[in-house]
Amino acid sequence: MLATIWFVLWGVLWAVYFMLDGFDLGLGTLMPLLAKNDIEKRVVYHSMGPFWDGNEVWLITAGGVTFAAFPTTYAVMFSSLYSPLLLILFALIIRGVSFEFRNKIDDPRWKTLWDTCLFIGSFTAALLFGVAFANIFKGIPIDAEGIYHGNLLTLLNPYGLIGGLLFVFLFTVHGALWLAVKTEAPLHERAGSLAAKLWIPLLGVAVIFLATTGVYTKLYNNYLEMPVLLIIPVVTVIALLATRIYMAKGDWLKAWFASSLTIVSATLFGVVGLYPALLPSSLNPAFSLTVYNSSSSTLTLKIMLVVALVFVPAVIAYQTWVYVLFKNKVTEETLDYDEAY
Amino acid sequence: MDVVTLSRLQFAVATYFHFLFVPLTLGLSVLIAIMETIYVRTMDDDYRRMARFWGKIFLINFAVGVVTGITLEFQFGTNWARYSKYVGDIFGSLLAIEATTSFFLESTFIAVWAFGWNRLSPKAHAVTIWLVAGASSLSAVWILIANSWMQHPVGFIMARGRAELADFAAVITQKFAVLTILHTLTAAYILAGFLVMGISAYHILRKQDKELFVKAFRLAVTFSLIFSCFEIFEGHLHGALLHTTQPTKLAAMEAHWDTQTRAPLHLFAIPDPENERNKVEIGNVPLALSLLATHSVDGEVKGLKEFPKDERPPVFLTFFSFRLMAGLAALFVLLTAIGWFKRKKLESSPRYLKIMLYSIPLPYLACTMGWTLTEVGRQPWVVYGLMKTKDAVSPIATSQVFTSLIAFIVVYSLLGLTAFYFMTRYARRGPEPAAATN
Repeated sequence: MLATIWFVLWGVLWAVYFMLDGFDLGLGTLMPLLAKNDIEKRVVYHSMGPFWDGNEVWLITAGGVTFAAFPTTYAVMFSSLYSPLLLILFALIIRGVSFEFRNKIDDPRWKTLWDTCLFIGSFTAALLFGVAFANIFKGIPIDAEGIYHGNLLTLLNPYGLIGGLLFVFLFTVHGALWLAVKTEAPLHERAGSLAAKLWIPLLGVAVIFLATTGVYTKLYNNYLEMPVLLIIPVVTVIALLATRIYMAKGDWLKAWFASSLTIVSATLFGVVGLYPALLPSSLNPAFSLTVYNSSSSTLTLKIMLVVALVFVPAVIAYQTWVYVLFKNKVTEETLDYDEAY
Repeated sequence: MDVVTLSRLQFAVATYFHFLFVPLTLGLSVLIAIMETIYVRTMDDDYRRMARFWGKIFLINFAVGVVTGITLEFQFGTNWARYSKYVGDIFGSLLAIEATTSFFLESTFIAVWAFGWNRLSPKAHAVTIWLVAGASSLSAVWILIANSWMQHPVGFIMARGRAELADFAAVITQKFAVLTILHTLTAAYILAGFLVMGISAYHILRKQDKELFVKAFRLAVTFSLIFSCFEIFEGHLHGALLHTTQPTKLAAMEAHWDTQTRAPLHLFAIPDPENERNKVEIGNVPLALSLLATHSVDGEVKGLKEFPKDERPPVFLTFFSFRLMAGLAALFVLLTAIGWFKRKKLESSPRYLKIMLYSIPLPYLACTMGWTLTEVGRQPWVVYGLMKTKDAVSPIATSQVFTSLIAFIVVYSLLGLTAFYFMTRYARRGPEPAAATN
């Protein structure tokens, strides 16, 4: 029971991470398409400025909780996904320091260097998170000892790549919507119309993903056993459609919230389908790592739960306060008064 | 090279590099918080400019600290999977608690601080930097509890082939952890104090914004003097604790081969591990090792020969890193004490100011040596007495680790050079002009 609660929390933490850092990674990916000059680029940086670091902590916490609640899964998952994970980490490093370094030298070549790093870092992270999670949904070749029999190319299979594309489109739409919320014309118009354009391939990839999930994974089994759970993918589809409807109405904030719900419910769709496994083995289901064979002791799970129940609501409260504090639109005028970037 | 060696090298690169930035984050956040508090109390604009000036350096340092911290957390899984599986029940939960209680607070409020100058009242703004300082120190508390557990595992039982938590209170309150926390935080405060003194010295020498930098220097010198003195006292307790908790580390850091009572201390020695003796011993202080380690001249101190050869740490590195660290610590007391007496006539002490400018790297060296002693001195164990480092590594291909190690070295070198270049540049440029008040 306790392990199952932690399984759900584990899924929620990843979902919240993708929802929050998703817009940063999406905007970083879209930077070359969206911003036409230095001022517009700085506006894009500023639209993420006060938030990206706090958002990234959700990743640290998701990783930490994997370690704490399911140490065996953490060990096998992270060592099996060695190459993609380190690529993600390097991507996040160059993404993170772009914010700090970019505006430190007033030379277009220097700025272009860090804009490129932001783009590469954001795009790589978005793509590889998708590849990694699709492979987790599908199962990876691990044996009874938890030793991985494959390499990076094993992970770049069709379903993995579809997962990667899905994440890239989810995040870019999400990021474009964020920018539409945070800016004024002409960046606002450009972001809005780009979000609408990207929504079409997103819909296409999402349909392909849902269909191929039935072919490559066993995620639907849980849904067939407990049809009430189908509410989760239904919410995903409705949220995805609602995103487009709100876009058409020009209600960008609601569109962004709908897009957030799409990302959260899409992640949870996969996680709930996985249960009770956290990392299925594609060699033999008996080798899969599950809530039963990979969780921590009851005492650890209990202590962690107390910590989570006290601190996570506090985190949500003060992070929400920060989003409200910096709710203003970012414009050329506000740039002069702010630090860095 | 094998996976164990490569993974150790990679972890060493990642942690040493990360810890070039962490102590400044820990220490400078406190100093900036004090500066802003003085500003709020006195409305002396110099202190606001001071906080903003060091804030710029702080933010560059912070950014690199953040991005290199994430890799560390994930490396336990990528490179030390067997370790993670074996002790995750305890070690993993401490990391997760660190993220939940500290990283969120730190990362969220540093942004509020950086972007909030015009949005918050001076008082509320000062509160945000106190939150950052508190959260940074709290994160150090949790990670050091985790490290201390590797040094001296307590509060666990062996069950299902792994170490499982049995007594959480024992883990978080054990003496080893308390002393490690005090030791590391104090070191960080000294390091930040030296940075502030060194940069202030530079500007006082060049007669730029002299008033502001004299104030900053005085603040930092008092701060550093207190912590330098405390560090000597605390370091002694810390070393004495090894007598009961990590006898092999104590023996190696003192190049002490034979178990004996009334053991002497060698101020300097050249250990000869092959022949289990010291080639050279200079400055032997009779009885001192027994007295320091056991608080009694008759106390017995175990020598390295007491332990099988494959359970002894590398003696050279452990011995010299300790000597260097302890020597530097004594120097810090001396330098800050001189500074404290000169604090009212700094401008007429150019030679002292120059020494302080060039002393900026010394606490960095001391921190690095401290971690070398801590981690090398623990070998061959990853968890002292429980699991050996060679058994902790992931079942992965050598080529993978080799590639990632090269990537770490290249990326981190570029990152480090860029960060230190910018920190130096902002340090040289000095604070914004007083007229720019808004």
